[in-house]
Amino acid sequence: MTALTAARPSWRDRLVDLPLPEIAAPVALVLLVVAFGALDGTFLSRGNIEAVLQASAILVVLAVGQAFVIATGGIDLSVASTMTLGAVVLGQVYATDAGIGWAILAGIAAATAVGLVNGLVVAKGGITDFIVTLGTLSAASGLALIIANGKPQPVLDGFLLRLSADGVGPFTWSVIVAAVVAVVAHVVLFRTRLGVHILAVGGSTEAARSTGVHNVRVKVAVYLISGALAGIAAVLLVARVGAAEPASNTSFLLNSVAAVVLGGVSLFGGRATIAGPVVGALLLASLVNGLTLLGVSQFYQPLAVGIVVVLAAFLTRFQR
Amino acid sequence: MTTTYEPGPTAATDSDDVLVVDGLRKSFGSVQAIKQASIRLPRGKVTALIGDNGAGKSTLIRCLSGVHRPDSGTISLDGTAIDFHSPDQARRAGIETVHQNLALVDDLTVWQNLFLGRELTRGLGPVQFLDRKGMRDKAKEMVSALAINVPSVTSRVRRLSGGQRQAVSIARAAGWGSKIVIMDEPTAALGVQETARVEELIRGLRERGLTILLISHNFDQVMRLADGVWVMRAGSSIAHRQVDQTSGEELVGLVTGALAA
Ligand SMILES: Nc1ncnc2c1ncn2[C@@H]1O[C@H](COP(=O)(O)OP(=O)(O)OP(=O)(O)O)[C@@H](O)[C@H]1O
Ligand SMILES: [Mg+2]
Repeated sequence: MTALTAARPSWRDRLVDLPLPEIAAPVALVLLVVAFGALDGTFLSRGNIEAVLQASAILVVLAVGQAFVIATGGIDLSVASTMTLGAVVLGQVYATDAGIGWAILAGIAAATAVGLVNGLVVAKGGITDFIVTLGTLSAASGLALIIANGKPQPVLDGFLLRLSADGVGPFTWSVIVAAVVAVVAHVVLFRTRLGVHILAVGGSTEAARSTGVHNVRVKVAVYLISGALAGIAAVLLVARVGAAEPASNTSFLLNSVAAVVLGGVSLFGGRATIAGPVVGALLLASLVNGLTLLGVSQFYQPLAVGIVVVLAAFLTRFQR
Repeated sequence: MTTTYEPGPTAATDSDDVLVVDGLRKSFGSVQAIKQASIRLPRGKVTALIGDNGAGKSTLIRCLSGVHRPDSGTISLDGTAIDFHSPDQARRAGIETVHQNLALVDDLTVWQNLFLGRELTRGLGPVQFLDRKGMRDKAKEMVSALAINVPSVTSRVRRLSGGQRQAVSIARAAGWGSKIVIMDEPTAALGVQETARVEELIRGLRERGLTILLISHNFDQVMRLADGVWVMRAGSSIAHRQVDQTSGEELVGLVTGALAA
């Protein structure tokens, strides 16, 4: 018998380990940027790059949360409604003159609570994630309508205004918040026990169970993370809009899943990155921005996003 | 059956049995998977468990490894009654299992699988990060201590052959100062050469003083590897033989029921 010798995989092994779906999004993003840059001079202007980054910040935060859930083989259909609920709670608490700090905390707490409910019902109740989060999708947007009485609540606060207007260089504070979320998420996924356990549960629930991984805790944790991040996204949303609206925000749900799929994360779980969904979100934001610059009617944008997502999903067939 | 395992007195039972199972029963709804099982594992020996498909072998070892809880009966480890509520508890008590499905996560690397559920971490208080280098180094040690032929501990399990996967799963079971290693048909899916390697691995574990419970449908293998054999038929343990006092034909007869116990 030969003992183990090779300490590091050869470059060939590494190449094989880099599957098509995971490199597709960065390649597509580069192509898209080059193409739009060539077609329209303003696309690569500083102002427009700032606009694209600003537009993608909320989606990045939501997509990171979605990525955690999808990494375990689940899905969180409630992210956008949870964000709406968080925004509305923020708005209502702000309206009581409690101060912006409390308002933000309350908004994030409300969204996290929805995540906790999702997690407990999915993991302990053993009910399909699809159904559970479809239920909370409806419940959270209903709650948002009730709490807001169907009306938008203006939130004109200096702190929130600076979040989406000020920043460092071309990066507004919103963009920096999104970047920090992504970096922390990457560390959690690849440098902590929870991260390995998330990938293990997604890869093989049975194997995770028999090696003593607490499946239930891991499942609750990912929905909790997704809820909390929807809360952070809610803060960014209110900052951007200047008001807390009980709007449905469905496109955020679709785009969060789309960004994760574009990022090469397996919908079956077990294979995930954070960089992938972040690039996916940037790709979607660039696509919409570029089409707008080129004067393509807004009506075509969802169509374009849909085509890109289906193409990305098609690529995942070459996985393995 | 309410006590959980505590590392108690290691005073041995009459003969030196590490594990004693007595009158164990387990049903799944109306299916009586185990009607009555009583077996003993002598310390430092390879004990085989044989029986036809559906005889209840896997269910029995899942009770020993904390996956299932028996309906009744006792299990004692080194003379202490045990009642595992989770695989985690069994592992901590020193019972490691190589399941029929290997319990490997394909998309994780060899070292991640070796440390699954007991990752090494570094950090301050509640903020703990994986000690990736420490785990990789220890994984290399675990793998080379058993002279396992694996391309690299950093390769994904998905890319390994059947025999290599089996070896990783066995290395994981053997590498934690465990007392008992249970293996459920470790060579069922392997070719001649890989089977020989895994058998070599099992002999190596016995030489290191581990107690092994081996489920196998291959009676030649049982005769080659095991010291003693327990036979199960239709949910009951019906016979025990010392390997040097039996033959392949007798084992076949006991399993099929052609021979009375
Ligand atoms: N989780 C379960 N739920 C219901 N029935 C089960 C379960 N596990 C096992 N059984 C039943 O218990 C009986 C014993 O099964 P078991 O897997 O222990 O047999 P085995 O001896 O390991 O067989 P094989 O040699 O085919 O692996 C079978 O009738 C099986 O269908
Ligand atoms: Mg079996």
